[in-house]
Amino acid sequence: MALSRLSLRSNRFLRPSTTAAALPSSIRRHVSTDTTPITIETAVPFESHLCDAPSRSVETSSAEILSFFRDMARMRRMEIAADSLYKSKLIRGFCHLYDGQEALAVGMEAAITRKDAIITSYRDHCTFLGRGGELVDAFSELMGRKRGCSNGKGGSMHFYKKDACFYGGHGIVGAQIPLGCGLAFAQKYSKEEFVTFTLYGDGAANQGQLFEALNIAALWDLPAILVCENNHYGMGTATWRSAKSPAYFKRGDYVPGLKVDGMDALAVKQACKFAKEHALKNGPIVLEMDTYRYHGHSMSDPGSTYRTRDEVSGVRQVRDPIERVRKLLLSHDIATEKELKDMEKEVRKEVDDAVAQAKESPVPEPSELFTNMYVKDCGVESFGADRKELKVTLT
Amino acid sequence: MASLLSRFCRKLALPGSAHGSRMTSTTACGSETVKSLNLYSAINQALHIALETDPRSYVFGEDVGFGGVFRCTTGLAERFGKNRVFNTPLCEQGIVGFGIGLAAMGNRAVVEIQVADYIYPAFDQIVNEAAKFRYRSGNQFNCGGLTIRAPYGAVGHGGHYHSQSPEAFFCHVPGIKVVIPRSPREAKGLLLSSIRDPNPVVFFEPKWLYRQAVEEVPEHDYMIPLSQAEIIREGSDITLVGWGAQLTVMEQACLDAEKEGISCELIDLKTLLPWDKETVEASVKKTGRLLISHEAPITGGFGAEISATILERCFLKLEAPVSRVCGLDTPFPLVFEPFYMPTKNKASSSSSLSSPSKTHIF
Repeated sequence: MALSRLSLRSNRFLRPSTTAAALPSSIRRHVSTDTTPITIETAVPFESHLCDAPSRSVETSSAEILSFFRDMARMRRMEIAADSLYKSKLIRGFCHLYDGQEALAVGMEAAITRKDAIITSYRDHCTFLGRGGELVDAFSELMGRKRGCSNGKGGSMHFYKKDACFYGGHGIVGAQIPLGCGLAFAQKYSKEEFVTFTLYGDGAANQGQLFEALNIAALWDLPAILVCENNHYGMGTATWRSAKSPAYFKRGDYVPGLKVDGMDALAVKQACKFAKEHALKNGPIVLEMDTYRYHGHSMSDPGSTYRTRDEVSGVRQVRDPIERVRKLLLSHDIATEKELKDMEKEVRKEVDDAVAQAKESPVPEPSELFTNMYVKDCGVESFGADRKELKVTLT
Repeated sequence: MASLLSRFCRKLALPGSAHGSRMTSTTACGSETVKSLNLYSAINQALHIALETDPRSYVFGEDVGFGGVFRCTTGLAERFGKNRVFNTPLCEQGIVGFGIGLAAMGNRAVVEIQVADYIYPAFDQIVNEAAKFRYRSGNQFNCGGLTIRAPYGAVGHGGHYHSQSPEAFFCHVPGIKVVIPRSPREAKGLLLSSIRDPNPVVFFEPKWLYRQAVEEVPEHDYMIPLSQAEIIREGSDITLVGWGAQLTVMEQACLDAEKEGISCELIDLKTLLPWDKETVEASVKKTGRLLISHEAPITGGFGAEISATILERCFLKLEAPVSRVCGLDTPFPLVFEPFYMPTKNKASSSSSLSSPSKTHIF
């Protein structure tokens, strides 16, 4: 990996001596908040279909890379905490974990604004966090409490955040794709130069509705970016067993596509930036993010019946997104090992505090069962057993 | 909560099994062996037998190759080969469409939809293609060999998309059959009948019972006739009609009612389309009261069809309005599942079951 160290040399003399360890971090570590641009080359080149690939040199800054580290560490810790909460039966229902795929959520956010829309499948906890969601809201929703982002009525698969244009959180595989293209359709009317990122998996890539949505998006030049999060397994089925053409970025046929190393946050950022510019000028584009999930499909899947433990640990050793960023930070002298470990400890505490807070939130009121089905004043009545006892007038 | 706990914490005493009041074919003679099996094992046995007895039968769907997410297809791929038992990509519409095509060429296609909540992309294929094929081709072609299996119903933590009971949508489609077993022994017999029936069948399996229900199931090849309801508990004061997992709940309500001196007749419909109107009619003419219970939301549920038909046929014999104890008119909730479900307490406290000796008028 060709590294650009020119801009860093000037900062070396700012590296504090050991006696400065007691000072607050903002003074101690000048380079952590440094936003001077640095350029990093992605490890893997982009593969493109019907378009020119973006450059491998990604413009970033120390502050940004550090934020990647912190955000990904937070996401990773959150997923691990969710794992143990599920096992202790505080989270019921379904829980699909995203650990391993954090670079995608974080890289995408770095390239776009909170006015661009994101819509995804049920593996949405980290996407929610990336959109500015609070840890406590996430844990509350997972545990079905009032404080949750969907008031406890959605659960793990249905996180939403309206003020950050995060349209959720969908249980039915592939159903969010035409929906996402519809969002892009609305954005085109608004003329505000925002785009929609519609995320789906390699399993969903075989749904007919993807192709229907692609056709319409291309026909009407919609600012839609379809992102295939290819973690190589659709539940338990490997891509080579479910797809004749596992080159998901080419599946758009007449729609340009880009294949991206989804474990490299910087590559993801570059691709999303490129895609946004493309979508605003030329219409839809497909991004295939080559990524991996460490956990099984959901908490009921051990994840080891269809892949070997060696494969999982191999990916963890060689391609882990957080380790990659850690190495980057260390080799560029942006942070020391100890500082990163401290950051991880802080994140861990953040997560533990959020879990404790979430546990205190009460479950929603029973009357919530009947709310938000229709708009107020619709007057539809819901009865108890026998249809003689009027339970509630639905709102 | 007791009714909720009883659903999950113990193996169930299945309706009909304790009373010996079986009126259909599955009596185990001395020479036939029975084995204690749960629902998914019984279904698995049925599939083994179906594939064994007809070399032109196939089982396919998402993840069926390794045994399926509910273990119903265990051992099939190993035994019959990957050309007869295979995985499909994640596309319900495609899966059912393919099944129709395979069946149209005279094969038996046993298609699995992983969870009934995912059946909707295939709804067009089922309603517009499968149901009408024989009719619109003037009997030149048909897809009678098609059987679509889907796990349905609440499971305690399924939430919006792993708990739905979509049977009512399909009961509205002339041309297909809809079958729902209540127990392992029933499931094996009914599934074999459905696979061998010369009409396309949608077979809903109560997923809550996959592990929870255990019963003595005969090991041989046997079929239970379709469109024949079974009176699994005889009584004289009120008729209760249900299907699938809900019968267990209803039997609990019957036992409670018995303590109050109310004699309940419980009927398992088994086949919802076409349904056995005669059995239910005869029973209601005897008892004068009817209570229908299902997990699906009450408005437009299949209970409405049963109610309307019985009203037409038994109006002068009815002593009270037909009662329906069903799921609420909301999407199947996540945390609120215990409130949504038609529990035995709701059945017991419904006016029909609590005091049948008094005539109820609105």
